[in-house]
Amino acid sequence: MPYTTEDAIRLVNITKTFGEVVANRDISLSIKRGEILSLLGENGSGKTTLMNILSGIYYPDGGQIFVGGKEVSIGSPKDAFDLGIGMIHQHFKLVDVFTAAENIILGLPKEKDASAKLDIKAVSAKISDICSRYGFDITPDQKVYEMTVSQKQTLEIVKVLYRGADILILDEPTAVLTPQETEKLFGVMREMKKDGKAIVIITHKLHEVLSVSDRVSILRKGEYIGTVNTSDATELSLTEMMVGKKVTLDIERPEPKDIKKRLSIKNLTVIGADDVPVLSDVSFDAFGGEILGVAGISGCGQKELLEAVAGLRVTAEGSDIKFYDPDDNDSEKQLIGLTPRQIKNMGITLSFVPEDRLGMGLVASMGMSGNMMLKSYEKGNSFFTERRAPKELAEEIKDDLAVVTPSINTPVRRLSGGNVQKVLVGREIAAAPAVLMTAYAVRGLDIGTSYQIYHLLNEQKEKGVAVIYVGEDLDVLIDLCDRILVLCAGKVTGIIDGRTATKEEVGLLMTKIDSHSDKKEVKEGERE
Amino acid sequence: MIETNLLAWIARAVQFGTIIMFGSLGEILTEKSGNLNLGVPGIMYLGAFAGFASAYTYENAVDQPIGIVCIIIAMLCAFAASALGGLIYSFLTITLRANQNVTGLALTTFGMGVANFFGALLLKGEVYTAAPVANAAFIAKIPFLSDHLGVVGKALFSYGFVAYLAIIVAIIMHYFLNKTRTGLNLRAVGENPATADAAGINVTKYKYLATVIGAGISGIGGLYYVLDYNNGIWATTGQIEALGWLAVALVIFTTWRPLSAIWGAYLFGLLYWLYNFLPKLLGLTNVDRTSDLYQMIPYVVTIIVLVAVSLRRKRESQPPASLGLAYFREER
Repeated sequence: MPYTTEDAIRLVNITKTFGEVVANRDISLSIKRGEILSLLGENGSGKTTLMNILSGIYYPDGGQIFVGGKEVSIGSPKDAFDLGIGMIHQHFKLVDVFTAAENIILGLPKEKDASAKLDIKAVSAKISDICSRYGFDITPDQKVYEMTVSQKQTLEIVKVLYRGADILILDEPTAVLTPQETEKLFGVMREMKKDGKAIVIITHKLHEVLSVSDRVSILRKGEYIGTVNTSDATELSLTEMMVGKKVTLDIERPEPKDIKKRLSIKNLTVIGADDVPVLSDVSFDAFGGEILGVAGISGCGQKELLEAVAGLRVTAEGSDIKFYDPDDNDSEKQLIGLTPRQIKNMGITLSFVPEDRLGMGLVASMGMSGNMMLKSYEKGNSFFTERRAPKELAEEIKDDLAVVTPSINTPVRRLSGGNVQKVLVGREIAAAPAVLMTAYAVRGLDIGTSYQIYHLLNEQKEKGVAVIYVGEDLDVLIDLCDRILVLCAGKVTGIIDGRTATKEEVGLLMTKIDSHSDKKEVKEGERE
Repeated sequence: MIETNLLAWIARAVQFGTIIMFGSLGEILTEKSGNLNLGVPGIMYLGAFAGFASAYTYENAVDQPIGIVCIIIAMLCAFAASALGGLIYSFLTITLRANQNVTGLALTTFGMGVANFFGALLLKGEVYTAAPVANAAFIAKIPFLSDHLGVVGKALFSYGFVAYLAIIVAIIMHYFLNKTRTGLNLRAVGENPATADAAGINVTKYKYLATVIGAGISGIGGLYYVLDYNNGIWATTGQIEALGWLAVALVIFTTWRPLSAIWGAYLFGLLYWLYNFLPKLLGLTNVDRTSDLYQMIPYVVTIIVLVAVSLRRKRESQPPASLGLAYFREER
C-alpha cells in the first residue's frame, strides 16, 4: 500500500488477542481525509476492537499505527484526542446526570486563559457555534437522562468535534436510530466530509454502506479481507466478502423421520428496554425430529426468542405460543403467560442451553453434582436435599460426554469452556426434553468438542426432540440444520431449507431491512 | 432555666455535628469517586489517636508547650494517619480491585484495633489520660463575639475553631464539586468511570486522591472528638465507632451534597442529644431507660430519607452510579 499525503491514518499489521481469542490478526488499512470509509463485517469480526485500538481503549499486541505519516503509540484515550481521533461508541459514553455541556467539557484541560472555574457560558457558546455549522440540534443545559437516543448520539458527535477531532469513528451509529434520524446523521457525515474530516463508520447494514461511504473495508473473523470502492460494490459482492466462501464441514445430518409439530408460534412480539420491540410478529413452527436453525446478526432477537418460549420474557398482547404435548396425544397447550415453573409443573419439558453458560446456565462456584441438583432439588420429600440422584447423574454425564474435571465436586468455573458446555448440555438432555433450545452452543469451543455437541443434537433429533439451534457460523447452520429461520432486527426475514440454502442467501436475509416507509410509520407512532 | 438548657443543647449539638460533619464530608468526597469506604469509623479512630498521641507526646516532652504548636502537630498527624488509612483502602480496592464493602469493614476493625492497641501504651494502665494544653487550644472560643452578643453570641460563636473549619470545608467542597473542572471530572469518575476514561480522565489517580484526601478529612472528625468534644481525654471506648457509622448515615441523609451536611450534621446532633435535653426542657425526671430510643432517631431519620429519595426517583438525589464497583478498562 503506497503512502499518500491524503492518508489520515494508516494501520500496518495490527494484531490484538484477548486470552486465546484473536480479535484482530495482521490488519492493514488506511483511512483518507475527506472520505467516509465503511468498516464492514459480521459480529465478532473484530471491527470494534480495531477501532478501540485507534481510540486508545485497547493497546495492540503488535503492528504499527501512522497518523499523518508519523508512527504513533496510542496508549490512552487522551493520546487519541491529542492526535485528533474521536470515537463515537455504540454504547454511549455519557454521564446521565450531567448536562450536555458538562459532558462535552468532561476531561478537557482548561484553556490557557481560563481559570480553574468552569465557565459554562463560554462552553455553551462554543457548542452553539459547532451546532450551527453542521446543523446539530443540542441544548447545552439539557440533562442527558432527558434526551432521546438520537440526541445522545448527536451529543457524542458534538463532543468529539468540540475536542477538535478531524478523524471520527462511528461504531454502529444507526443501530438505535429511526430511518429519518439515520438520514439526518448521514447528512451530517457528508457535511463533515466536505469539511475535510476523515470518517469511519462501523456497520453491518449493506444498504447504509452503499448509500453513505466512499470505500468499504471488510473484516471477517478478525482478519482483513480487502477494501473496495463503494461505486464498484453491490450488496451481493459485499455479502460474499463478509461471509466468505462456503466451507465444507462434513457434519452429519440424518434425514428427519416421523416429524411432528411440537411448537407453533404466531405473532410473537416482545418489547425490550426503551419500549423498542426486540421481536415483532415472529411466526414459525418447530417440529419434533428436526433441527431448526436460527440465523441472524447478534442482537436481532435470537436471545429474546428463546427466552420468550422458555417463559422468561413478558410477551406483548396477541402473541401465541402453542405446544403440542407428545405425552398427551399431541394435545395443544398455550404457553403464553406461564412462568418456567408453571410450564414444568404442566409436565412439559423445555430444555434451554443459554448463551451465558456460567451466568444463566450453571452456578459457577458449584460442582457438577450441585449443578445437577438445581433441576431436581424440589423433588425430595425430606427436609434435607436429595443428593444421590444428582451425584449419579453427574457421574453419568462425566463418563458419557468425557467431561474433563478432577471431580464432580470441582467448581465448574475451573473447567474449560468446552467442558462447561458439556455439563450444561448433558444436564439439559438428561431431562428428556420435548424441545431443546440452544443458543450459540459451540461458541468458543474447539473443533472436537463442537462436533461432539453436533452429534448430541443429532441424537436428540433422532429421538424425536424438536431442536432449535441458534448459531452464528453460517457454514454450521447450513450443514447441520434441516430448516433455517433468519431473523433481522427482530423480524423473520425468511425460513429456508438447510439442504438447498447457500451462504449468500442466508447472508442477504440477515441484512435485509424492510422497506423504509413501513418502519417509519411504526416509529413515528411510538414517538407521539 | 429553659434558655440555659436550650443553649446547652444547641452547643452540644453543634459540637457533635462537627465530628460527624467531618466524617461525612470526607466520605462524600470519597464516594463521589465511586469508592464506598465503610472504613470511616476506623479512619476516625486513626485520626483521633494520631492527633491525640502527637499532641500528648509534645505536651509531655516540652517544658512549656504552646497551644498553636499543639494544634498544628495534632492536625497534621491526624490528617496524615487517616489519609494513610485511605491509602490502604485505595490500594486494596483500586489497584488490587478487592471488594469495597469487605475492605471498608476490615479497615474499621483495623483502625479501632490500632488506636486501642497503641492507646494502651499512652494510658499506661490508667483508665484515661489527658492532653490539657491541646484541649485548651482546641476549645478556645472566638474572643469578642462569644461573650458580647448575648444569646446569639453564645449559640453561634462559643465553639473552637474546628467547628467553623468544618463549615468552611463543606462550602469549599461544594464549590469544588460543582463549579470546577476537576470537580466535574471527579463526579464523572464516580458516575461512569468508563466514560471518564474515554474522555481522557485518569480514573485511577482521581480515585486515589479523592479517597486519600477524603479519609484525611474524615480523620479530623476523630481528632475533634478527642481534643474538643471529649475535653482532651483519651480513653478506650467504642464511642467513635458509633459516630463513624452516623457519619456514613449522614452521607446518605444529605444525598451526597456537602452543603446539606452542615445542617444535617447539626440536626443529627440535636436528635442525638434529645434524650438528655428534652426531658429537662419538659421538666420530666427518671427517663434513663428511654435514652437509647432517642439516640436511635438519627438512624430512623436516615431510613426515612432513603425511602423518600427512592420514592421520588429524582436522578440528582441518587448515589454516584458506579458507587461500590471496581473499574478495569479492558473488561469485555
